Amino acid sequence: MFGKLTLSAIPLDQPIIMGTCLVLIFGILAILALITYMHKWTWLWTEWITTVDHKRIGVMYTLLATVMLLRGFSDAIMMRSQQALASSNAHGFLPPDHYDQILSAHGTIMIFFMAMPFVIGLMNFVVPLQIGARDVAFPVLNSVSFWLTAAGALLINLSLGIGEFARTGWLAYPPLSELPFSPGVGVDYYLWSLQISGVGTLLSGVNLLTTILKLRAPGMRLSMMPVFTWTALASNMLIVAAFPILTATFAMLLLDRYLGMHFFTNDGGGNPMMYINLIWTWGHPEVYILILPPFGVFSEVIATFSRKPLFGYRSMVVATMVITLLAFTTWLHHFFTMGSGADVNGFFGITTMVIAIPTGVKIFNWLFTMYGGRVRFTSPVLWTIGFMVTFTIGGMTGVLMAVPPADFVLHNSLFLIAHFHNVIIGGVVFGCFAGLTYWFPKAFGFRLHEGLGKAVFWCWFFGFYLAFMPLYILGFMGMTRRMNHYDDPAWLPYLLVAECGAVLIMIGILLQVTQLVWSIRHRDALRDGAADPWDGRTLEWSTTSPPPAYNFARVPKVVGLDAYWRVKQEVTPASTEPFEDIEIPKNSGLGFFMSFFAVIGGFGMIWHIWWMGVLALIAFIALIAWSSWDENDEFELSAAEVARLERAPSHFA
Amino acid sequence: MSSTVASLDMPSGEEYLLPSRQHITGFGFYLYLLSDGILFASLFAVFAVLRTATDGGPDGHMLFSAHNAFVETACLLTSSFTCGMAMLACDRRNKFVALVAFLVTAVLGIVFLTLEVHEFADLISRGDGPDRSAFLSSFFTLVSTHGLHVTCGLLWLGVLLVQFLGRGFTPAMLRRFLCFSLFWHVLDVVWIGVFTFVYLIGGYL
Repeated sequence: MFGKLTLSAIPLDQPIIMGTCLVLIFGILAILALITYMHKWTWLWTEWITTVDHKRIGVMYTLLATVMLLRGFSDAIMMRSQQALASSNAHGFLPPDHYDQILSAHGTIMIFFMAMPFVIGLMNFVVPLQIGARDVAFPVLNSVSFWLTAAGALLINLSLGIGEFARTGWLAYPPLSELPFSPGVGVDYYLWSLQISGVGTLLSGVNLLTTILKLRAPGMRLSMMPVFTWTALASNMLIVAAFPILTATFAMLLLDRYLGMHFFTNDGGGNPMMYINLIWTWGHPEVYILILPPFGVFSEVIATFSRKPLFGYRSMVVATMVITLLAFTTWLHHFFTMGSGADVNGFFGITTMVIAIPTGVKIFNWLFTMYGGRVRFTSPVLWTIGFMVTFTIGGMTGVLMAVPPADFVLHNSLFLIAHFHNVIIGGVVFGCFAGLTYWFPKAFGFRLHEGLGKAVFWCWFFGFYLAFMPLYILGFMGMTRRMNHYDDPAWLPYLLVAECGAVLIMIGILLQVTQLVWSIRHRDALRDGAADPWDGRTLEWSTTSPPPAYNFARVPKVVGLDAYWRVKQEVTPASTEPFEDIEIPKNSGLGFFMSFFAVIGGFGMIWHIWWMGVLALIAFIALIAWSSWDENDEFELSAAEVARLERAPSHFA
Repeated sequence: MSSTVASLDMPSGEEYLLPSRQHITGFGFYLYLLSDGILFASLFAVFAVLRTATDGGPDGHMLFSAHNAFVETACLLTSSFTCGMAMLACDRRNKFVALVAFLVTAVLGIVFLTLEVHEFADLISRGDGPDRSAFLSSFFTLVSTHGLHVTCGLLWLGVLLVQFLGRGFTPAMLRRFLCFSLFWHVLDVVWIGVFTFVYLIGGYL
């Protein structure tokens, strides 16, 4: 009846896990009680859960990402503490079995449920506004995408209290992830949660790609798109091209585990190396899916706060597109040591080094944009400058490891760990925070507290250097990744420094929470000039903050780059054109219900509760058919109503 | 800086039309189909790698019936043709011809699926199921992923035809038929790949 699920699946004997679960359960109950007490259920349902408005979906993506950042960071600081404590004769506080789950969960959650939702959230919110569109191409599908991602996040977090998580590292290499070596449900939690959220990501990629290519405002040619939109275009092209490979690869591992097939097994003719090739033909493009949109954020931020057009717009676009193409030519550098031979390694070493060229072009473009500009050193600019310094260091260590002989020394050492945190924290995370600070007033109508924002930056910046520079040295000293315990006391001082860095980052995160709460409480004082607080250059700043459901009362017309900046240079009388009727998509519960059944079905499959999986599948199909029955998925906002809303002081009053 | 812009708003009298919803939906669906193509490309690549990994078991030459695959191909190609006829009838708003042509498409799809299931059942009953060897794992996965797509297509077509009977040629109906026909033709293209690489090169030649 309940497959492999018994009461013993709940790790009652693990005080750390049970404590966390209790805190989580009480936290969730407290939130639910608060919503009930404030009579906010209807509001939550109509304004958020069933919304198909790209701005609110973007906000929900970002919220999911920040919550998952807390989860992923808790894992990180536990690992740092374990390594600071587990030297020589001491064994720390985490048994190896639990430690392996934590390192796998940290990587999986940070990439799939923190970085991805953050980047997709920013794109979702900003892209339609930047191109002068009223929503994305497929608003209901957008809601489905978000809710499938949320379903994946829920499943992976269920593994904390019910059963276990994978002990295989964040990419679950076979044969370790095959049934004989990972007989528990950990790998199944991993596979099902990523399959479900991966479908959401793919659909979101199709949606944003169609939006950018088909819904640009009249006159906006591709060559007039803001750079953030360009990088979103590139990122979504990579999503559409790369995520199907991930889906296929995970599907094959699932078939191995569930139906006894032999894709990646040791016996039956299986080929584990094929998994490693396939996963990295997705995995390397994934790196650029994550980093390109933050590159776009930095481009917007640096141009706006230098009060200059971006230096080298065309070279920036070309560099982005070159990176997009090269993204598919470098995957083998993740496993130089796994027997491809010198010629193949040489080829992939060179393609990897070549990527440094377009990236270098970008760095110089940002520097030249600042040169001669009147730079305002706001917190988004601090994130950008911090990024340029940090990312350049990370890029250089990357080029170092692209040299195959050097990689043979550094492979799987802490040098590698330092390198990819160097580019992911210094690039993606800094970029997400820059974008969050930059567009926050557009989303909510008030700014975040600037002083706290700067304090957050300095904590993260120095915290990062303290936490990861020692790891480069430890890599040279021979310390490998994923160690639960080590015998060499010479490593301890460096790991203690790294622990201090992690604590500094934790202070930064606490300050971020403080900043958010403080800014919400004092929002009226932070509202001045909120429609265009930074003197922006692109279309999103031309509408109110927060923008109305339809974004633009009159569809903007574009004749060149920096469309809004051009308009601001001229004194023009307010338009007297009459408003038009606007078609607005209706709310839809489809995404939420699909997500509900995805969780049920995924849970059933993980625990081999077959009837549950089948039932959820039938419900899934029925839902889609049912939702297609009503053809009237839009309602009309009359011109008179638009006029009334445009006169009102706030759209969200 | 250009001096021709007076305002962000559209100048009066100038008509600008965004692409139609039909066009946008068709384009988006086409992008989805491209991603589906990459999914199949991965499975084809895996089949190419594992084609000889028979683990001492039978290979394609011993197992596949070119005759069966040929009949399957004929069914699917003909169903693509009738699907095209149905779309032409939709263009002319001829409800009867469209309905008949879609029904023939569905019947041919069902015949195809029956043949495929029959082939699979036969292989499994002889002990040559997907757990026999890596080669058979990749064969079953590639071919049944296509078959799963055909099944989804048939379910989809069924729902569409029920709606079509009730409401006729509404814009939403036409949009959905457009997407369905794109889907069905792409499945044909994939099948031609399967027929060539799995059954002809892998089994017959």
